[in-house]
Amino acid sequence: MDNSSQPQRLTGGMVDRKQALEFQFNGKSFTGHPGDTLASALLANGQRLVGRSFKYHRPRGIFTSGSEEPNALVQFRSGASHEPNTRATTTELYDGLTATSQNHRGSLNFDLMAVNDYISPMLSAGFYYKTFMWPKAFWEKVYEPIIRNAAGLGRLASEPDPDTYDKGFLHCDVLIIGGGPAGLSAALTAARSGARVILGDEDFEFGGRLLAETYEVDGKLGSEWVANAITELSAMDNVRIMRRTTIYGAYDHGIYGALERKTDHLASSGGKPRQVLWRIYSKRAILCAGSIERSIAFGNNDRPGVMLAGAVRSYVNRWAVTPGKKVAVFTNNDDGWRTAKDLADKGVDVTAIIDTRRDTSFEAPRDTKRVLGAHVVNTTGRLGLQSITLSDGQTILADCLAVSGGWNPNVHLTCHQRGRPVWSDTLAAFTPGSELPTGMIVAGAANGTLTLGQTLREAHEVAATVALDLGHIRSTGSPSTADDEPSAITAFWHVGESRNRAWVDLQNDVTTKDVKQSHQEGFRSVEHLKRYTTLGMATDQGKTANLLGLAIMAECTDQSIADTGTTIFRPPYTPVPIGALGGRARGKDFRPTRLTPSHEWAKAQGAIFIETGAWLRAQWFPKSGETHWRQSVDREVIQTRQSVGVCDVTTLGKIDVQGRDAAEFLNKIYANAFGKLQVGRVRYGLMLREDGIAMDDGTTARMSEHHFVMTTTTANAVPVFRHMEFCRQCLWPDLDVHLISTTEQWAQFAIAGPNSRKLLEHVVDDGVDLSNEAFPFMGCAEITVCGGVRARLFRISFSGELAFEIAVPARYGNSMMDVLMTAGKPYNVVPYGTEALGVMRIEKGHAAGNELSGQTTARDLGMGRMVSKKKDSIGSTLSERPELNRDDGYTLVGFVPVDRSKKLTSGAHFVAKNVAPTTANDQGYMTSVAFSPSLGHSIGLGFIERGADRTGDIVQAVNLLANEAVDVEVVSPHFYDPQGGRLRD
Amino acid sequence: MRYSALKILTEALTGNKGWQPVWREPEPKPAYDVIVIGGGGHGLATAYYLAKEHGITNVAVLEKGWIGSGNVGRNTTIIRSNYLLPGNEPFYELSLKLWEGLEQDFNYNAMISQRGILNLFHSDPQRDAYVRRGNAMRMAGADAVLLDADGVRKMYPFLDFDNARFPIKGGLAQPRGGTVRHDAVAWGYARGADSRGVDIIQNCEVTGFSIENGVCKGVETSRGAIKANKVAVCVAGSSGRVMATAGMRLPIESHVLQAFVSEGLKPVVDGVVTFGAGHFYVSQSDKGGLVFGGDIDGYNSYAQRGNLPVVEDVCESAMAIMPTIGRARLLRMWGGVMDMSMDGSPFIDKTQTDGLYFNGGWCYGGFKATPASGFCYAHLLANDAPHPVATELRLDRFKRGHMIDEKGAGAQPNLH
Amino acid sequence: MIINHPLLGPRDAAEFVYLGDAALLNRPDWQASDAAEQFYDYQYLRDNPAGDHRELWYHEQGDRSWLIVARNTLSHEITKVELARDVARARKQAHG
Repeated sequence: MDNSSQPQRLTGGMVDRKQALEFQFNGKSFTGHPGDTLASALLANGQRLVGRSFKYHRPRGIFTSGSEEPNALVQFRSGASHEPNTRATTTELYDGLTATSQNHRGSLNFDLMAVNDYISPMLSAGFYYKTFMWPKAFWEKVYEPIIRNAAGLGRLASEPDPDTYDKGFLHCDVLIIGGGPAGLSAALTAARSGARVILGDEDFEFGGRLLAETYEVDGKLGSEWVANAITELSAMDNVRIMRRTTIYGAYDHGIYGALERKTDHLASSGGKPRQVLWRIYSKRAILCAGSIERSIAFGNNDRPGVMLAGAVRSYVNRWAVTPGKKVAVFTNNDDGWRTAKDLADKGVDVTAIIDTRRDTSFEAPRDTKRVLGAHVVNTTGRLGLQSITLSDGQTILADCLAVSGGWNPNVHLTCHQRGRPVWSDTLAAFTPGSELPTGMIVAGAANGTLTLGQTLREAHEVAATVALDLGHIRSTGSPSTADDEPSAITAFWHVGESRNRAWVDLQNDVTTKDVKQSHQEGFRSVEHLKRYTTLGMATDQGKTANLLGLAIMAECTDQSIADTGTTIFRPPYTPVPIGALGGRARGKDFRPTRLTPSHEWAKAQGAIFIETGAWLRAQWFPKSGETHWRQSVDREVIQTRQSVGVCDVTTLGKIDVQGRDAAEFLNKIYANAFGKLQVGRVRYGLMLREDGIAMDDGTTARMSEHHFVMTTTTANAVPVFRHMEFCRQCLWPDLDVHLISTTEQWAQFAIAGPNSRKLLEHVVDDGVDLSNEAFPFMGCAEITVCGGVRARLFRISFSGELAFEIAVPARYGNSMMDVLMTAGKPYNVVPYGTEALGVMRIEKGHAAGNELSGQTTARDLGMGRMVSKKKDSIGSTLSERPELNRDDGYTLVGFVPVDRSKKLTSGAHFVAKNVAPTTANDQGYMTSVAFSPSLGHSIGLGFIERGADRTGDIVQAVNLLANEAVDVEVVSPHFYDPQGGRLRD
Repeated sequence: MRYSALKILTEALTGNKGWQPVWREPEPKPAYDVIVIGGGGHGLATAYYLAKEHGITNVAVLEKGWIGSGNVGRNTTIIRSNYLLPGNEPFYELSLKLWEGLEQDFNYNAMISQRGILNLFHSDPQRDAYVRRGNAMRMAGADAVLLDADGVRKMYPFLDFDNARFPIKGGLAQPRGGTVRHDAVAWGYARGADSRGVDIIQNCEVTGFSIENGVCKGVETSRGAIKANKVAVCVAGSSGRVMATAGMRLPIESHVLQAFVSEGLKPVVDGVVTFGAGHFYVSQSDKGGLVFGGDIDGYNSYAQRGNLPVVEDVCESAMAIMPTIGRARLLRMWGGVMDMSMDGSPFIDKTQTDGLYFNGGWCYGGFKATPASGFCYAHLLANDAPHPVATELRLDRFKRGHMIDEKGAGAQPNLH
Repeated sequence: MIINHPLLGPRDAAEFVYLGDAALLNRPDWQASDAAEQFYDYQYLRDNPAGDHRELWYHEQGDRSWLIVARNTLSHEITKVELARDVARARKQAHG
């Protein structure tokens, strides 16, 4: 192994040196090892500069070793898999990985946008609220495009995401969030009790901080204890171990959202789902999410090479990489000293350790300068740290500065149900509050228990209590033991004597001056601070920054941090790809597709299909030579009206209503009366909502004394059934009535046209009399067809012709279509689709979806008299309200163009002739239009004021969207066979 | 203090030391002409227009938390006037016209950006409904353009035109629609109102009304009783809670609406796009985040947070219409409490109690209405008569049967 | 959310369709002298409490039961779930 290619690689660590992985960053080739992250591999190769900041385009380096990373965001992979804003610190290295830096114009080293840094005094907090207002037109045309192009971070791929994503559901007794020392200790205890345990961690290795430290547990090296724990847990049937899994949100009733990354660490997903989005249902959750280190604000504290001290230890111990050749440490707590020791133990030159506290007794490593009660006030190095300047004026050479401002318990998930954390002066940090999500308990560092020995013990005790609580009484053994490391801290937030800008939020370029200016301008609540300065609004949500910002605000307002409070923690804990949240529901699989029973038959005929809600229906059936849809549709209409046509109408909702009180029930559901409907007869019914507005219509057939078959419109099948169940269960629970939806069970066909009876006679079994006398208009019967197949026959007509609808069990639907078409051959039968259906219903003036819009009353529809006043039905009382019964209210009427050659437009509004089309002059609107092949011109249905009295009026139908105004005449909506003689023959 | 580029330059050269608080922090006075309850967008706008349009400056805005903490700080920032019904459209068109001059009016850049809104349609009935709507908009003086699928493709080529479950058939565009930097609206109105003498009082929770003989004389607050000639409630999201203390039941339910923002991205979506076959709309902020949302969770809630089924539903729709979005990450999700009214339309009205006024029921559409809501509420408070474009936004309309039901969904708030 | 269905046990709330306040069970008498007023109140006015709320959920992706769920609108905690039909029947008996 040639180590010269990785000049900063140390010995030891958890990388597999036997294997070399090639990768590219900004087109340059590097080498790393399995076990590396992109960040550790870049550092091993001495690449400190990895990105540019959001606003000032300042050079930035790797700042952390985890998902809290604010700086090291890269564009990952290429082509359709190109992914913006990926954290180098959590990206596992694989052979052939490619990444580029983002948010710069020109190269990373010479970013033209860095000019912003020179004018930064003009770009202080909220500057954009105070300018760019003149001249007015310039905002959209000049200022904003510049701002939009400058803003944003990475670039989205321009092609559809090529990967697939799965979703899954998991159930457990105990969910353990985080697989560090606390999580593993809790998992061992809970698992040994017999409880079903899920253990999830965002990292690709379990162990958490134990991998980054040199601690011992049970007398063994931490990483060894971790390996043993995982071995034990893996062998247990009641445990599911989920690495690379982020528990990103805590939702109601113990439900957690989790994202498992399946192939992000591989060169290619190889056709497997890239990620799985889990919903985990837990009885209890133990949050062991550890803690996150925070920084200290001092002059130019954002240079590449300035890094959190804990991250420096991670790189040194876990990845065997030193982030610098000369490292200085700046701390306000005991933890910082451990960084110096670990570095020195690995042979790294630690130039100085600066502690803000005066009275600390720790010894610095040999050759390391020990500076107490001092501060770092400034740094130098354009593209990477070169030296630091202390408050006493001395300059110390350093290419890496490890900063420790203390550790924040990771309370994020404890606050997802709007609980608030509480401030601890001892820890100088927020700890979980009392209002946790139901079923959640916190253990270890996340709970403010920052030392290892206590963490292991506490997690064990919490898990044992939880297990017992859930009834798992098996012995759980004793906790693992470890020493408690020193962890004292004296809060210290920012170096007041720094005259240079000191960063609080690295990614969004929020400095201490911005926080102070926010205060100066009255934005003093933490929420105002956040919104005015953008503190904490970047992709890291301010995990390493927020507390620093609000501590400075607390100083400005002379309040305690506890009184200042925090902003709200919102899911997700770390960002979740939208593709994963979308799962498999994309493209044609966005929603299920319902096919009609005769779909295969229609497909074989070359039908054109149309989406109607979830259904796919035949829209028309083109014949060879037809080049325009109108040719097909006109032919279908004409042939049906002249002879006979067949249409699959299965999609209409069908509801079976049975029981001794079925008739009484229907009487309550429908506005018109149903009580006296005879067996063997069908009636049109109009259903209102309780507010008196028309809800749906259809026919209901009385098959026997206590058995009705109802139809609904296609669109309302589901809501009508729900409504009827509400009425049955909640309003009239004592009625003996039962409902079941049979839409899917019966295939139904309309056979319409003067020859429909003749056609059907070939299909029905012997003994079925279809004559007008035996089976008149609005008759119904249970019959058999095709030699014994059960069927329901209805003599109803939507087309206005002599017509029947026949229903057979759905499995016979496709063959039934075949049978009907074969039987109809002598009559030149035609299949017709939804377009011809629509044309014929407009010719007949039947209301459909466009008229039953949820805004119209029975009166508007010309059916006011149907609403029975003699009985109680849904909607009858409220339909009597005065504004619904105005004399100048809308009525549904027909329209024809005065110039018959003109086309009408659905959605056009009516205004009187010679008046301006304004809201004040608006008299109504066109709802449905068609070219009537029967009449040879366009016809329309629409609502117009006082419509019933206006037959013969000429008004304009204006469509301002097309600059059209067509003179139309108000006519009866019944364009075709207004007496209805044809359907009764 | 007047804001300008020059002011920024001079401040930059002098260390940004001269900036003043955007609003004062006065102690409440014992009595005001008008008390506005609620320091959200609508409340602050009401105070601003009371002062500016009607010269009524002895006004206090009482806010229980920090100003802008309600839905003005928790929305998807869209402005538009693409309404259908005559009770709504002129009102929203007035609002859009007020937005168009607002920044110069209150000297604050709220980044009002008319990059357009496009509502997609996927079926003939949807097209018919949009033609009806587009014409209603044009008749009210708004702008509306009907696009076919090719027209949509020219604007947004990355939408799924070729493999969609519900193919895009076209769209209704309103070029004057767009987005606004939402927080800045609250701050701009606060600044404008404050500079005209209005007292903006934060951390002052109203706990009750002082009502004598059917006349409202003032309010009880966490900072003591304050008298007023007129009390204007403007607390959408909390309307039920606040009005219950005045003994009023409302035609309103409180529901949670979630919204989402992605990590920052270089510009991809120029205007606002809404999906017509699922619950999804999206725009991109000037900072680069894709701001998107969908339907309300659907159950009564004051919790300001939602649940996963709706999150997933919204992202399914996002992937269905815009499959390039898959590798963008959802950064933050939040929930706001909506006053969902019984017909989906709002109220700006007097109540049965003299001196007590009510503004609420904005459903999830309150943000775009902010200027007109404040303008018309101020008009009502000043004149005791509704503004001509708000004559239908009355509490008694259900009793009369004059619903303003854009969706035709009926008296079920979670369907609007 | 999880709704503990009285017949079927715990079910994800996504299987259900929400309607609203359980007061919708109390449909007024159409023949009352003030029926118009009562129906207006029934259909349009809501207590809309911030706290305990009894509400109607329909198990559309399940057994089609309408349930009355006692749920807190601030915490979303569910304390009781009943079949709406049982409640409606008990109510009818109580009111004669």
